[in-house]
Amino acid sequence: MLAVRVIPCLDVDAGRVVKGVNFLGIRDAGDPVELAIRYDAEGADELVFLDITASSDARDTMVHVVEQVAEQVFIPFTVGGGVRTVEDARRMLRAGADKVSFNTAAVNDPEVVRAGAQEYGAQCIVVAIDARRRTEGGWEVVTHGGRTPTGLDAIAWAERVCALGAGEILLTSMDRDGTRAGYDIALLQAIGEAVDVPIIASGGVGTLEHLYDGAAAGGASGLLAASIFHFGQHTVHEAKTFLAERRVVVRP
Amino acid sequence: MTGPRIAVVDYGIGNLRSAEKALQHLNADAALTSDPRAIESADAVVLPGVGAFGACMQALRSAGLEGATKAAATDGRPFLGICIGMQMLFAGSDESPEVAGLGIIAGRVTLLPRTVRLPQMGWNTLDVVAGSRLGADLPEPTWLYFVHSYAPEPDDQSVVAGWCDYGRRFAAAVERGPVWATQFHPEKSGAAGLRMLSNFVGAVDSRLTV
Repeated sequence: MLAVRVIPCLDVDAGRVVKGVNFLGIRDAGDPVELAIRYDAEGADELVFLDITASSDARDTMVHVVEQVAEQVFIPFTVGGGVRTVEDARRMLRAGADKVSFNTAAVNDPEVVRAGAQEYGAQCIVVAIDARRRTEGGWEVVTHGGRTPTGLDAIAWAERVCALGAGEILLTSMDRDGTRAGYDIALLQAIGEAVDVPIIASGGVGTLEHLYDGAAAGGASGLLAASIFHFGQHTVHEAKTFLAERRVVVRP
Repeated sequence: MTGPRIAVVDYGIGNLRSAEKALQHLNADAALTSDPRAIESADAVVLPGVGAFGACMQALRSAGLEGATKAAATDGRPFLGICIGMQMLFAGSDESPEVAGLGIIAGRVTLLPRTVRLPQMGWNTLDVVAGSRLGADLPEPTWLYFVHSYAPEPDDQSVVAGWCDYGRRFAAAVERGPVWATQFHPEKSGAAGLRMLSNFVGAVDSRLTV
């Protein structure tokens, strides 16, 4: 059976992991390569690196990070954040990334999804959707960390990017992101019903129970989390043991 | 001491570097190459592939590497096809019906059932066929990383070295003499995948020392 994936997410700024990664037994908590090796050893199924570098001068740094990770970590990883064009995607894939994720770039120009999928195949084109609940019901796609509303309905947008060739959706609830209150299960269910590609749940994980809910109730193919792993609250191995005990199929 | 020389066929598609890196990690002298002579003279050849079947076949042809690749898969040298590199060994694929495959293994590549989410993206178990060399000494259960929507259907099931189940039971690994191929990505499958690649490097070594 296909296993549900547990996916630690690392925010990288100018080549360093940020957002307070802090766990024991690691020399330098900011080194993305060292952290990737650590998560691989703990049983992570995949990794996501989000390049949050603001300055364009430092953008090449991410390519070097990707090259180093690819040399030492033999599990799949996705790079998102600074990927705006097919050329950006090409550089990351050539450097060793398995997938790239488009977020704002896809909103600004959906054709980038089609062009990327045509060039490299749907399997390596992820579209990251940041969604926020509307007071009147449903969800709206937002960008820039939730500050910019786009007017796009999240369900219609998910259907559109899949028609353009997205092979996976990384779905973040901006209502839940950072709250540690759990994934937005209704959002996962709604998008999951609308499209046939795998969905990675993101935003809000504070406990192992939340991971379970994302898989069992939300139907997610992948479970992304950051802080519960970074601060040593739980290891990936603990997360998988918890899921396996509740009969979620995971790779041990 | 350097290990056997393994040519990883580079025809300009996607991320081919991870196969090279994983083999190097196992101390094999592996290098990406788009030079047909390097493919002809290598001890063994790896054909990776990501993306669409038709795009990969066309890229292989326009890079002028079809002949050298075909020769490598038929002249007795160890050969490993990965993902679309496996699918290309077959006659053709329903993904790109207008494009012919290399036709080295009889059969076609077909779409997985729409009853499951496609692509299959993630870790699934391989049911290793007893006696397979590529599947030797793998941990059990054998979890490997898959990314695909299509899968091969070999005419002769005796070439199947491992089965996987997703929507239907499909041939996830084939092995015919020195020609091995996997639908999963051994180079992205952690310790189990490295073990499988090490079986391949071992097969290259043992051929050279005979």
